[in-house]
Amino acid sequence: MKKLGLLLVMMLVAASLLTACGKDKEEGKKTTGEDKATPKTEYTVAMVTDLGGIDDKSFNQSAWEGLQLYGKENSLEKGGKGYDYLQSASDADYSTNLNQLAKNGFKLVYGIGFLLADAVKEVAAQNPNTNFAIVDSVVEGKNVASLTFAEHEGSFLVGVVAAMKTKTKRVGFVGGMELDLIKKFQAGFEAGVKHIDPTIKIDVTYTGDFVDAAKGTAAANALYKANCDVIYHAAGNSGNGVFTEAKNLKEADPTREIWVIGVDKDQAAEGLLKDGKTNVTLTSMMKRVDVAVKTVADAGKDGKFEGGKVYEFNLKNDGVGIAPTQDNLTPDILAKVKEVTEQIKSGALKVPDKLQ
Amino acid sequence: MNSTLKSILVPIVAILLGFLVGGIIMILCGYDAILGYQSLFNGIFSNSYFMGESIVKITPLILSGLAVAFAFRTGLFNIGVEGQFIVGWTAAVYVGTHFEGLSKVVHLPLAILAAAVGGALWALLPGILKAYLRVHEVVVTIMMNYIALHVTNWFIQEKMAAGGGTNTSERVFQTASLSWKQFSDWTAFSRLHWGILVALIAALIYWFILEKSKVGYELRSVGFNHHASQYAGMNVSKNIILAMLISGAFAGVAGAMEGLGTFQYAAVKGGFTGVGFTGIATAFIGANTALGVVLASFLFGGLQFGSLNMPYNSQVPTELVAVVIALIIYFIASNYSIRTLLDKIFTKGAK
Repeated sequence: MKKLGLLLVMMLVAASLLTACGKDKEEGKKTTGEDKATPKTEYTVAMVTDLGGIDDKSFNQSAWEGLQLYGKENSLEKGGKGYDYLQSASDADYSTNLNQLAKNGFKLVYGIGFLLADAVKEVAAQNPNTNFAIVDSVVEGKNVASLTFAEHEGSFLVGVVAAMKTKTKRVGFVGGMELDLIKKFQAGFEAGVKHIDPTIKIDVTYTGDFVDAAKGTAAANALYKANCDVIYHAAGNSGNGVFTEAKNLKEADPTREIWVIGVDKDQAAEGLLKDGKTNVTLTSMMKRVDVAVKTVADAGKDGKFEGGKVYEFNLKNDGVGIAPTQDNLTPDILAKVKEVTEQIKSGALKVPDKLQ
Repeated sequence: MNSTLKSILVPIVAILLGFLVGGIIMILCGYDAILGYQSLFNGIFSNSYFMGESIVKITPLILSGLAVAFAFRTGLFNIGVEGQFIVGWTAAVYVGTHFEGLSKVVHLPLAILAAAVGGALWALLPGILKAYLRVHEVVVTIMMNYIALHVTNWFIQEKMAAGGGTNTSERVFQTASLSWKQFSDWTAFSRLHWGILVALIAALIYWFILEKSKVGYELRSVGFNHHASQYAGMNVSKNIILAMLISGAFAGVAGAMEGLGTFQYAAVKGGFTGVGFTGIATAFIGANTALGVVLASFLFGGLQFGSLNMPYNSQVPTELVAVVIALIIYFIASNYSIRTLLDKIFTKGAK
């Protein structure tokens, strides 16, 4: 009972302390709030990440690079008057973070990743004067642009690369969560491999999340043991574990042919061994989230934001493709990739976006 | 020093120390500590939206805290609250998205009940293993968390997802929803819902079961001493299982708060929500009493939510915010050492 009384007092004190401070600062904030609001002539943009954060070496980071480039080109500063981001610590924070940015007067607010789709839908309806954009999902709404990618097309290209590189005639795919979005990567990759050689065996594993790198390591370990020599990962941070495993194997036995195909960004840096020369990254499927993010920001700046529009970034508009780092690719592979790219662009070759 | 004065002084010192050390860390890292705290408090109190959302954050914490505390009072360490929470969430949404046409009086309680049953069932297995085979509940409940996460993910994706590539269920019917339009209007579209009332009622029930009922007396007694209770004629195994069931039910209802209130749907999750784990902390700080858990949840939820405002308004990075919050909580949790410190200072002075 004594303890209870103590606690009660403790919490009451805490509460009164908090309220007292709160009131004080509230007045202070009002004035700064007005200051912030007046010089708003710039087209300010901000984004909310999913749990990955802006240093995930993949998706969120790419989006943030797009915003930074936009900021640089328009000489905006990071912060309330230019461009900014908020990171989410849990699923519950998406709508709060989106709201926060909208209320602070950003003209365009991005939700990065399909996980934010519901939150974007809700917050966009509540803030009709702010523009929103969602990456990797389609959200209906007068003030929402949806940015989608033809991941299957890019995955088809790296599938071609994998098929031409493999010596064991066995390649692997490591996905993150088993979602339709990731199956799109898998479908394109499988089609690309089969396009070159239908006899190649493809092993598929899903780690079940996008965060835990240890699961990627375990998945890669199993696939390389099964004699796969090329693995394509689409598993976010979990996929970084695939690089770890490949590098370990390569260091243990430098003569062994071991390759990883990166995703979203040019992941050549992830595959570099300690000697600074050998690299296990064969190529990467670039998903230009940065280009997509910047495209919409540029359109908005020119007053041409189209609410309700569904953008598709594909091979044709350079929204997907293979990475610029091509040291491990032979000229005949590059030639073939180029040929296939043209065929897809012209429509002569149709890439399936769903598993057969 | 008299004890009333001390009981007021100790928590004040604890909180001040927490803020002080947190502030020093911010300054050492080159950030404006005053501005940092200012945005933390503004993030809770500066407008009705923030206040509403703070309560949204607090609501499930109260229930998950009660779940951990209940098990703890009966001698069990239920780390599986997170898993029971996720199962409860899924169960509530499943009921909430089915049975169209029921009246709210039936549908809403039914959905909450489903969550309680779901959470309780998830805690049943660890309870049975503990009661009859003496398998340690910590190990089993931790493992059950992972099973819960992946099983519900599968269930949501395969059985509940609306289709067309989405990974979320339909929204629950209005008749099963805890939200109320007025709340949303008053708080500038925050997701504030009736769940806070449910949580407070649950705290009352918790207090009644443990302190006022015969069942609660037996449960606590078994928690204190298995052997003595058995000698006194109590059925120890039955009581262990019952304790896990009730604890799991609280955790399940916490899930219903998210499923029927905050989110109104269930989504495939990439990882744990942390609500169940934070419940361990609120239970400890609240000394496993009903009122203590409620107050600790207010503190935790407030800090957690208010800190979302820090990166934007004071440029303090998210990672550092987590460190500062952890420090504040650390000092509050270690109020015992502060008490000893105060004792030393004051006895010296008296000499």
